[in-house]
Amino acid sequence: MTNQDQDYISYYRTMVTIRKFETLAGELFAAARIPGFIHLSIGQEASAVGVCSCLRKDDYLTTTHRGHGHMIAKGADLKKMVAEIFGKKTGYCKGKGGSMHIADFSLGILGANGVVAGGLPIVTGAGVSIKMRKTDQVGVCFFGDGAANRGTVHEAMNMASIWKLPIVFVIENNHYASTTPQNYACSVNDIYSRSASYNIPGTAVDGNNFLKVREVTLKAVQRARKGEGPSVIENKTYRFRGHFEGDPQKYRTESEVDAWKNKNDPVKRFADYLARKKILTKELNQQIWHEVETELKKAVAFAEQSPYPEPQEALDDLFTIPSC
Amino acid sequence: MSDRILSCSAALAEALHEEMSRDETIFILGEDLTAHAGIFGQFKGLPENFPGRIIDTPISETAILGVGLGSALTGMRPFVDLHFSDFVTCCMDELANQTAKIRYMFGGQVNIPMVIWCPDGGGLRAAAQHSQSLEAWFIHTPGLKVVVPSEPADVKGLIKSAIRDDDPVMVFQHKKLFARQGAVPENDFTIPLGRAAIKLEGKDVTLLSYGSGFYLCEEAVKGLGHLNIDAEVVDLRTLKPLDMDTVARSIKKTHRAVIVHEACLTGGFGAELTARIQDELFDYLDAPVKRVAAKDVPIPFSPPLEDYVLPKVSDVVEAARAVTYR
Ligand SMILES: Cc1ncc(C[n+]2csc(CCOP(=O)(O)OP(=O)(O)O)c2C)c(N)n1
Ligand SMILES: [Mg+2]
Repeated sequence: MTNQDQDYISYYRTMVTIRKFETLAGELFAAARIPGFIHLSIGQEASAVGVCSCLRKDDYLTTTHRGHGHMIAKGADLKKMVAEIFGKKTGYCKGKGGSMHIADFSLGILGANGVVAGGLPIVTGAGVSIKMRKTDQVGVCFFGDGAANRGTVHEAMNMASIWKLPIVFVIENNHYASTTPQNYACSVNDIYSRSASYNIPGTAVDGNNFLKVREVTLKAVQRARKGEGPSVIENKTYRFRGHFEGDPQKYRTESEVDAWKNKNDPVKRFADYLARKKILTKELNQQIWHEVETELKKAVAFAEQSPYPEPQEALDDLFTIPSC
Repeated sequence: MSDRILSCSAALAEALHEEMSRDETIFILGEDLTAHAGIFGQFKGLPENFPGRIIDTPISETAILGVGLGSALTGMRPFVDLHFSDFVTCCMDELANQTAKIRYMFGGQVNIPMVIWCPDGGGLRAAAQHSQSLEAWFIHTPGLKVVVPSEPADVKGLIKSAIRDDDPVMVFQHKKLFARQGAVPENDFTIPLGRAAIKLEGKDVTLLSYGSGFYLCEEAVKGLGHLNIDAEVVDLRTLKPLDMDTVARSIKKTHRAVIVHEACLTGGFGAELTARIQDELFDYLDAPVKRVAAKDVPIPFSPPLEDYVLPKVSDVVEAARAVTYR
């Protein structure tokens, strides 16, 4: 195998990890083992891995309520993720955050966000910081087609443009914002086209094609690293699950969902590509799924065996000096 | 007029149905309203019955609130659904700087008949950005009325009054209480804004509460009964305008007060009410006023943490014991 082949296998493995992680999370939620509510990113794996495969560990990332996949693609620890979703003391945020609020600042992940489009101004601030500290880091912000309609997007993009900040704005257009279709709520069909009004280069990509997403992101990341300014990428994709687990989904038909699942599954598409190129054999594929499953089982066992935080720990972490 | 058993959610839908049938200028504005009749199913029946008057918006809170305001200034009576009360932060200028001030600033030239409906509260493991109780922010903003119903009948009666009111009214309805059931009068039943209710009579201590706090008090009364403490429960229902007459009537009888709310302690509504009580009723008090509230941290996700932060029935019992010295 060439180096590139090995990289591709590793990206594929990450996509499989996201798919399995999300599937397992859905099952655990259905079994009432996860408190609160969760939003899964099944069907959007190529976007997460395609983008994050272009990033360094010290690059920054902001994500959303649908952020598990982005976290995993940026290298997050599966044990700490599952533990957080379970509300355990060993989780990323000691149980304070839950599914919608995971972060790993050591990996540049500045946080998932419960407020739609909350990440854009934050990543813009990271861009200002990168510029002032004179590093060649890059900031990436994932947000949805629904988020695209919030005012924060306008403010952040304009600033990123006038100051030539090293940011890649990634729209994950999965065609729905909760119950609301994108073609109802957005003034344009191609959301990336709005970038023209900020004088930011923008592109739409088949977001379920891993290699295409990676190709476009590599260019945008290089541009940012060289100090040439921000880019906008729109990954056209689809969420296979409801907005949240338990969503009645009256706003779309089963046949629409099935069509995407059957004909446009990003994990399967990348697997097929790798098989065609003779990089992925049937055996290797089985091995990858098996290894991922084993790793996830370990993560779940770790989370299950971990203790809940002590109730009084609720008072910790508010300020740097606790007595304030 | 007979009473039926309805949930808080159904009481809301019924109030809207009656008012929207009566007045064509009333319309509902917000995210994800028609597909599932609101994200909590709270507008059941309305999308079918009032097509074009229950309007899905993009995720654009700033404009949602602003559009509500602009339409209210020009002859409509908007009912704005904020999805989760937490997202009020995304439209604070339109609310606090515009809606609350326009009538006054422009010398009373216009009315702003708008309802801002905010599903709030914790206990659903929804974590820091989906669990807040923010009513105190708006008490502190002159120009807004603030209503926090607890039981289904209150929901119906207060929502109808809020819609008919010619000023902006914020209504906070607790997410965990949507399924709570209770008797609700049929037809055109309203509860005036600014009128509290003594919901359980007692003579030893007054428990002052609203919203989810009311249910904590209702539960606490049973425990207090075992201790031979006879508690009176006042449901304030409207925080602004505040019914100090009912508060005074109760405290003049019991001489002791405990204030209970789910919002965090510092700067909460309890602080304001305590100040009013000591100012107006000092001579009637036999003990300091006590407050029961959430701890001063954001709402954490993990169940044991959230349970620790939110006020409990036992906290109410303890506070009532403390002020009755028992
Ligand atoms: C400011 C704000 N408004 C509304 C919501 C409620 N909400 C959570 S996710 C969501 C839909 C988001 O759609 P999109 O941006 O397309 O992301 P997707 O869920 O499709 O990944 C909504 C309306 C929120 N969390 N924050
Ligand atoms: Mg979407």
